[in-house]
Amino acid sequence: MADKTKASEIKAINGAAFADRMREYKRKPLSLVMLLLVIISAALSVAALVFLIVYILIMGVPNLTPDLFALEYNSDNVSCTPAIINTVIIILLTLVIAVPLGIGAAVYLAEYAKRGSRLVKIIRAMTETLSGIPSIVYGLFGMLCFVTALHWGYSILAGAITLAIMVLPTIIRTTEEAMIAVPDSYREGSFGLGAGRLRTIVRTILPSAVPGILAGIILATGRIVGETAALIYTSGSVTGYAKGLMSSGRSLAIHMYMLANEGLHTNQAWGTAVVLLVLVLAINTLSSFIAKKISGKRIR
Amino acid sequence: MSSGKIKETLMRGVFFLTAITSIAAVVLICVFLLINGVPAIGEIGFFDFVGGQKWAPTNVPASYGIFPMIIGSIYVTGGAVIIGVPIGLLTAVFLARFCPPALYKIIKPATELLAGIPSIVYGFFGLMVIVPFVRDSFGGDGSSLLAASIVLGIMILPTIIGTAEAAIRAVPESYYEGSLALGATRERSVFRAVLPAAKSGVLAGVVLGIGRAIGETMAVILVAGNQVNIPTSLTQGVRTLTANIVMEMGYATGLHRSALIATGVVLFVFILIITLSMQAIKSRGEKNG
Repeated sequence: MADKTKASEIKAINGAAFADRMREYKRKPLSLVMLLLVIISAALSVAALVFLIVYILIMGVPNLTPDLFALEYNSDNVSCTPAIINTVIIILLTLVIAVPLGIGAAVYLAEYAKRGSRLVKIIRAMTETLSGIPSIVYGLFGMLCFVTALHWGYSILAGAITLAIMVLPTIIRTTEEAMIAVPDSYREGSFGLGAGRLRTIVRTILPSAVPGILAGIILATGRIVGETAALIYTSGSVTGYAKGLMSSGRSLAIHMYMLANEGLHTNQAWGTAVVLLVLVLAINTLSSFIAKKISGKRIR
Repeated sequence: MSSGKIKETLMRGVFFLTAITSIAAVVLICVFLLINGVPAIGEIGFFDFVGGQKWAPTNVPASYGIFPMIIGSIYVTGGAVIIGVPIGLLTAVFLARFCPPALYKIIKPATELLAGIPSIVYGFFGLMVIVPFVRDSFGGDGSSLLAASIVLGIMILPTIIGTAEAAIRAVPESYYEGSLALGATRERSVFRAVLPAAKSGVLAGVVLGIGRAIGETMAVILVAGNQVNIPTSLTQGVRTLTANIVMEMGYATGLHRSALIATGVVLFVFILIITLSMQAIKSRGEKNG
C-alpha cells in the first residue's frame, strides 16, 4: 500500500497532452476502441449494481409496513420478525462454533507450523477445497449427517454447525493474515522478556490482530445472513420463532426464498428483500471499514 | 516438566486439533456424500444415471437420468462465462490501469458490494426484472437459459474483477513502461504486454467464477424455469444439477432421494475438478512468477 500512494503522488513530466493522445488514436483506432470497451464494461459493472440496489429499494421501501414487522407471523402479514430473530440465533450459534476453531487453526498455521511442511500444505489445500464447495453441497452434507444420521431432524443446531463448517475457511484465512501482519519485533520483544510461545500468542499477537480477526468474523456473518441453500434442508423452513436449538425455524434468507417461490406475497417479498439487502450490505461495509482502518494504521 | 511447559504442550495440541478440523470436514463431507450417493448410482447403473436422457422419478418404472441436468449446468455456466468474463476482465483492466483515483474510490467498493449481495436477492431480482425482460424482448416463457445466464453473469462479476485486477496489478510496472517506450499506445501496452503476463491470475479468476456459477442454486432456481430438457434455444427453460436437488429433496424418498444425493456427488466431482485445476493454475503461476 505504501508504495502505491507514493507512486500516485509523482507527477509525470512527460505526460501526453489530450490533443497528442487524440492524434495517436487517429493513427491507431483499435486502441481507441479498446479504451471505449474498457470504459463501457466498467460502466456496465457499476450500472448493474446501482440498478439492482435502486430497483429493489424503490420497489421494496414502500412495502416496509408495520405489518411486515409484526411480532407474530401469520399467513396474511408474512411478518419477517421471527425470521430475523431466528437468523440472529443462527449467527450467534454458528460463530460460537466457527470462531474458536478458525482462530485456533490460524494460530497453528501462523505460529506453530513450519512453513511449507507437508501437513501445512494439506491443511491449506483442504481449507481451499472447503471454500470452493457450493453451499448446496454443505446443505446436503448437513442433512445427511445431522438431520438424518444423528436424528436431530430439521433444527437450528444442524443449520448452525453446517454453516460453521462453511464459514471456517473465511475465518481461518482472515485471522491468519491478521497474525502474519503483526510485526516480528512484537514476537521477539515478548520472547526477549521471557514469555513462552503460548503467552506471546495470547498476550501479544492475538490482541494486535483483533481488528483483522473482527473484520473476518463480520464478513462471515454477512455470508450467514445471506445463506439459503445450506439451510433449507438443515434448519428447515418452519415459520415462526424456533422453540429451541433442536427445533426448526426459517432464517430471513429462507423466508425470502419461500415468499419468492410461492409468489403469493410479492409486495412483502420486495419489502423482505430490502431488509435482507440492507442488513447484508451494512454488515459487509462494516467489515471492509474495519479492514481498511487497520491497513491505514499500518502505513503510519 | 513444569506446569508452564505442560500448558505449552497442551495448547499446542489444541491448536493442532483445530487446524486439522478442515481436513476432517472435507473427509466427512466426502464420506457422507459417497456413502449415501454411490449405492444409488450402482443401483441405477452409472451410464444410465450420468448418460440417461430421462428424469422421471415418479414414473413406474422410474428412470433416473441426469444427463439433461449436467448439460443444463454446463450451458448455464457457459452463458455466465460468456457474459461475465469479458465485462469483468475489462472492468478489472479499467480499475487497474485507466481509473482516475477519485473514481476508483467509488467503483472498487461498488464491485465489492456486488460480491456481498445474497444469491436469493439476485434470484428475486432476476425473477421480477430479468425474466419479464427476456419474455418481452425474446419471447418464450421468460424463465430460461438466457435469464439464468444473465443473473449468473452478474453474480460472477465481482469474483472475476477482484482476481483479475490483483493479477494485473502484480505485473511489474517495467512491462508497461517498456512497451510504452517502444511506441505502443497505452491500450496496446496493457493488452499486449501487461495482460499476457497476468494470464495465470486471470485464468484463476475465471475458474473461480466457473466454480461459483456451477454451484449456484437459489438464484438459478428462481429464473431458469427448471424443465428437465436439453434446451435447443436460449429462451427455453433449463434445470441445473443444483436446482434438481433443492426442488425435489423436500418430498423424495427411497431411491429417488438417493438419486438426488448422487446428483450432489456428481456436482461435488465437478467442483473438485475445478478446485484442483485452480490449484494447478496457481502453482504453475507461482513457478513462472
